[in-house]
Amino acid sequence: MSAVIKTNNLQKYYNPGESLEVRALDGVTLEIERGEFTAIVGPSGSGKTTLLNIIGGLDHETAGTATIGDTTITALSDNELIDFRLNNIGFVFQAYNLIPVLTAQENVEFIMLLQNKSKEERQRRTAELLKEVGLGDKMNSRPMEMSGGQQQRVAVARALASKPQFVLADEPTANLDSQSTSDLLDIMAELNQKENVTFLFSTHDQRVIDRARRVITLEDGKIISDEKR
Amino acid sequence: MLIKIAWRNVWRNGLRSGVVIASIAMGIWAGLFIISVSAGLNEQRTKDAISTYLSDIQIHNKDFVKDNNVEFRIDNMDAVRQSLSDNPNVKACAERVVLNGMVSSSTGGYGARIMGVNPEQEKAVSSMYEKLVDGTYFEGMKSNPVFIGKKLAEKLKVDVRKKIVLTFQKDNGDIVTGAFRVVGIYKTSNSKADEMNVFIRAEDANRLLEESAGIHEVAIVANEAAVVDTTAGTLGAELPGLSVRTWREVSPDLGFADEMMMQMLYIIIGIILLALSFGIVNTMLMAVLERKRELGMLMSVGMNKTKVFFMIVLETVFISLVGGPLGVLLGYATVTYFGTAGIDLAVVGKGLESFGMSTMIYPNLESGFYLNVTVMVVVAAILSSIYPARKALQLKPAEAVRAI
Repeated sequence: MSAVIKTNNLQKYYNPGESLEVRALDGVTLEIERGEFTAIVGPSGSGKTTLLNIIGGLDHETAGTATIGDTTITALSDNELIDFRLNNIGFVFQAYNLIPVLTAQENVEFIMLLQNKSKEERQRRTAELLKEVGLGDKMNSRPMEMSGGQQQRVAVARALASKPQFVLADEPTANLDSQSTSDLLDIMAELNQKENVTFLFSTHDQRVIDRARRVITLEDGKIISDEKR
Repeated sequence: MLIKIAWRNVWRNGLRSGVVIASIAMGIWAGLFIISVSAGLNEQRTKDAISTYLSDIQIHNKDFVKDNNVEFRIDNMDAVRQSLSDNPNVKACAERVVLNGMVSSSTGGYGARIMGVNPEQEKAVSSMYEKLVDGTYFEGMKSNPVFIGKKLAEKLKVDVRKKIVLTFQKDNGDIVTGAFRVVGIYKTSNSKADEMNVFIRAEDANRLLEESAGIHEVAIVANEAAVVDTTAGTLGAELPGLSVRTWREVSPDLGFADEMMMQMLYIIIGIILLALSFGIVNTMLMAVLERKRELGMLMSVGMNKTKVFFMIVLETVFISLVGGPLGVLLGYATVTYFGTAGIDLAVVGKGLESFGMSTMIYPNLESGFYLNVTVMVVVAAILSSIYPARKALQLKPAEAVRAI
């Protein structure tokens, strides 16, 4: 197995050197292999979101390195990171964050449009992905016309549209009811097992933790446990 | 897809966008209407001045231009008449005796510009005979008829057939006094000119002037406005000893107003657009700030800054492209309607007349102006979108994506 994500002594300090210094990440070193289904857990303020932001190329570290595949993203400029995120990382957000004025199909297609994929490829892959997440009949629905669970499934399809190296999901079930959570986890687990998609979650949700095959626990910016199941 | 997103975003908050679009449309419409009224007023003022007092071209003795003295007559009238009859662009001409003098009645005397004209000839270059409000235009009176303005008649407290006295000088300074009877009273849109100009027959003027008789001014009407300058140039070359001037040169204030008007119109539209721009900036800023999470998501998933910037600019341009042309269309319809029907400003008639303007206004705008205004709206929209778009670019995706 090859590592998709590697961090080495990753540190993120807010107000460094001041009396109010906050160590959001304090020397995190980890490796995520291709095809893993990993949950990062821990109490609020433990550094889960900060870790995901740095791994996702959305935030800069204070020290240490983060490598995605062969690319050390902590060495990239902001503009290079935008392109890197587009082609290598899929995002699923807590609040779905779909574009409300676009249909499900257009939301998924939009990412490939940014990648300058051909129209045929965009349409084919969009149809495939929406079918895989069980929304083949909702292609022309706008987010307002769908339930939270359905919107989050569109978000998963969107995250996979760019054929990323891995999918980062920040509290993806926080706004979902039990049934929607279960459905979403089933879909992600199936994508993980059948298509070897790598998922990395930050979560408080025990239902997600129960389904994860690896659970990394953070506290005060440090990994306090790393359990593989 | 960016265009689709931008266009749909415009209608996400239909009421807000509608208010901005309506304000742009109303602003442009009001601006165009005000401007067309100003332009119509100015054009009418110029046309009235040309058709009543100025004509297209005037010929004088060069010294008369500097000093309106009776002795500076046009000496070589035969050569002038020959040049005018040979010139195909000359539609009509009239010879005038121009005297500065006094007009008085039993109630008082006032300074006046006494114009000695050939009434029939004058009809071809001046519409003054159409401005008659009482009496006749030099008809039905054989001895010393005088045609005066209504304003002057009121000041002199005279009516038709009443006697007034005209006083002016000969070359040698001798004072000539003549008793004239009011044959007709006219009223133009320029009450100041009506108060100043008194018309008598050239033959009566020259009879009183005796040895000082002659012609001081030749008024010319060209076939069309486009040939006025070239005709004046040709006549000037043929009559080098004389002053040949177009109406713009004879009355620089009118020419200046004509040239300044266009610049003023653009300045007014510019001010309106500046005011509208603040509204557009405010609306777009609200649109950006309330969509932080969405913009954060777009930047997170890899939409580059240029595309984010372009999307915000497009949204602003779309709003303006709906409002601007709507305003231009409304403006065009209003200007076209009132350009034919006219607007009666009789309520403020006296004020307008003292500026040489008619109370019936026909708004008018050149067609190119509408296109220019549309372009100005789009440019203003693009400039207005820069600040909100820059605000969007300053968002940090990691924070924006979690914004409430």
